[in-house]
Amino acid sequence: MSADRSSRSGRSGSSRRQFLLGGAVAGLGAAAAVGADFVITRTGQEPASAAINGSAVVDFYGAHQAGIGVAPQAHSNLIALDLVEGVDRDALRRMMRVVTDDAARMADGRAALADMEPELAVVPARLTVTFGFGPGFVARARGLAPSWLRPLPAFTVDRLEDAWSGGDLLVQVSSDDPLTVAHATRMLLKDLRSFAHPRWTQTGFRRAHGSEAQGTTMRNLFGQVDGTVNAQSGTDDFDELVWAREGWIAGGTSMVVRRIHMDLDRWDRLDRSGREQAVGRTLANGAPLTGVNERDEPDFAATTPIGFPVIPEFSHLRRARSDDRTQRIVRRGYNYDEGPTGESVSDAGLIFISYQADVDRQFVPLQRRLDDLDLLNQWITPIGSAVFAIPPGCQPGGYIGETLLD
Amino acid sequence: MNTHSISRLAVVAAAALLLAGCAAPAPQAQVAVESDSVSITDAWVKSAEEGMSAAFGVLGNDGAADVTIVSASTEASPMVELHETVANDAGEMVMQPKEGGFVIPAGGTLTLEPGANHIMLMGLAKPIVAGDEVSFTLTFADGSTYTFTAPAKDFTGANENYVGGDMDMGGNN
Repeated sequence: MSADRSSRSGRSGSSRRQFLLGGAVAGLGAAAAVGADFVITRTGQEPASAAINGSAVVDFYGAHQAGIGVAPQAHSNLIALDLVEGVDRDALRRMMRVVTDDAARMADGRAALADMEPELAVVPARLTVTFGFGPGFVARARGLAPSWLRPLPAFTVDRLEDAWSGGDLLVQVSSDDPLTVAHATRMLLKDLRSFAHPRWTQTGFRRAHGSEAQGTTMRNLFGQVDGTVNAQSGTDDFDELVWAREGWIAGGTSMVVRRIHMDLDRWDRLDRSGREQAVGRTLANGAPLTGVNERDEPDFAATTPIGFPVIPEFSHLRRARSDDRTQRIVRRGYNYDEGPTGESVSDAGLIFISYQADVDRQFVPLQRRLDDLDLLNQWITPIGSAVFAIPPGCQPGGYIGETLLD
Repeated sequence: MNTHSISRLAVVAAAALLLAGCAAPAPQAQVAVESDSVSITDAWVKSAEEGMSAAFGVLGNDGAADVTIVSASTEASPMVELHETVANDAGEMVMQPKEGGFVIPAGGTLTLEPGANHIMLMGLAKPIVAGDEVSFTLTFADGSTYTFTAPAKDFTGANENYVGGDMDMGGNN
């Protein structure tokens, strides 16, 4: 198990932006990787000893927004906002200049201008801020929207609530430190106040930083290893799947955010083998039911002694898989867990987040297959859905959205 | 964008030096210009619909002598003052024009921030909205000037009372 983990950690493939000397360290094994998270501080100097994670910085500037390729942070806030009436192209430009400056400073561990609690800004803990534009934003900018920038087609499993859907502007704030996430979120919302008002907020989490080796696939609240088949940041495969190539969105991508409620109370009634059949993977380490290790390729042709497929036809793994290699996405989801109400003892689920160059070509066919048949649908219900265009990154002096707004 | 300019006075002084030097090989005019050693970082200005506003930032002086700012100007407000914030007789913090201007110590910094020293815009010519870039020019004791731009930010603080009147600062109060 530990050997398996270390190899996963090695394959996690740090992005170029990543602060960790992960590529070098992770190969030494999980224990070494956890114990030796050397970071490069923003001065570029390597500290003599393992540094505190709070000072770890992810470069804000670059060809792509930093929050897409970086190894997922432990905590994330997603806030969708609706633009205030009267906010036009010129106002959008002013707005994006202000929040770009805020995000760049805070990612660097510096207070945003006019921050009244600057002491809270000095622990970035790999803070990234990702901005996304909904259809309403692009319309106000009088820009040309990518064809896929619209609500997803209706799926039969959907029970969408307005309160968790749509939005003109998305701000995703992620860090390994939840206090940093809260402060950065508030600073950004303060500076957005005269332009846009929050529509919905989703707060997500994974394992705390340092609890597991970097690159360990996350577990969702069903206990499943969730996100095994994911192109790794920094690879050609990732670049091909994620980055858009044309127009103002070139160097950017699309982001699908779906709030998937998971009925933990009903899931409790299902025994362990039933749970593994539903997803097609073992609960122990996420290996396909035909394999041993998490990343073993599933053998869909393998049958049981009485002739049934080992990985059931109705399983999530089987249904999600397409022979068409272009129909893939990159997932970067977070768990959510709110206060239960009524008879239930849980209000939990997954903030499903995926990136893909083209929603219609990559995400929709995959979701159609899952909508048609996926045993997991018995226990999961999409209650929120939104699609955003993620503009490319920018250089110092520039701002996020300049390819659309300049 | 920050620009330095040597005032007409300084240029005249340099020309006079050259004339005095007569036939000698023209020396590099070593006229110390106050603006040359000054820079500002983290400049920003408070957005406001009308009335008063204020600008802030960290002024640095990398020269060997103290530098004195005697005035500031901006198109955003016909009247601009250099303010300090002090306790009045009743113990309240109030702002008032800084006698003799702002001194940036040699090799040091002067911080302009809410509740302390700041550049006061006494009457806005038009609204300053978040994300605007507002240009300011500082004039030093030797007549040299330094120009910088400051982004406007929505800010609900900086509500000190003005000792010279009962006007409010900004439109977000």
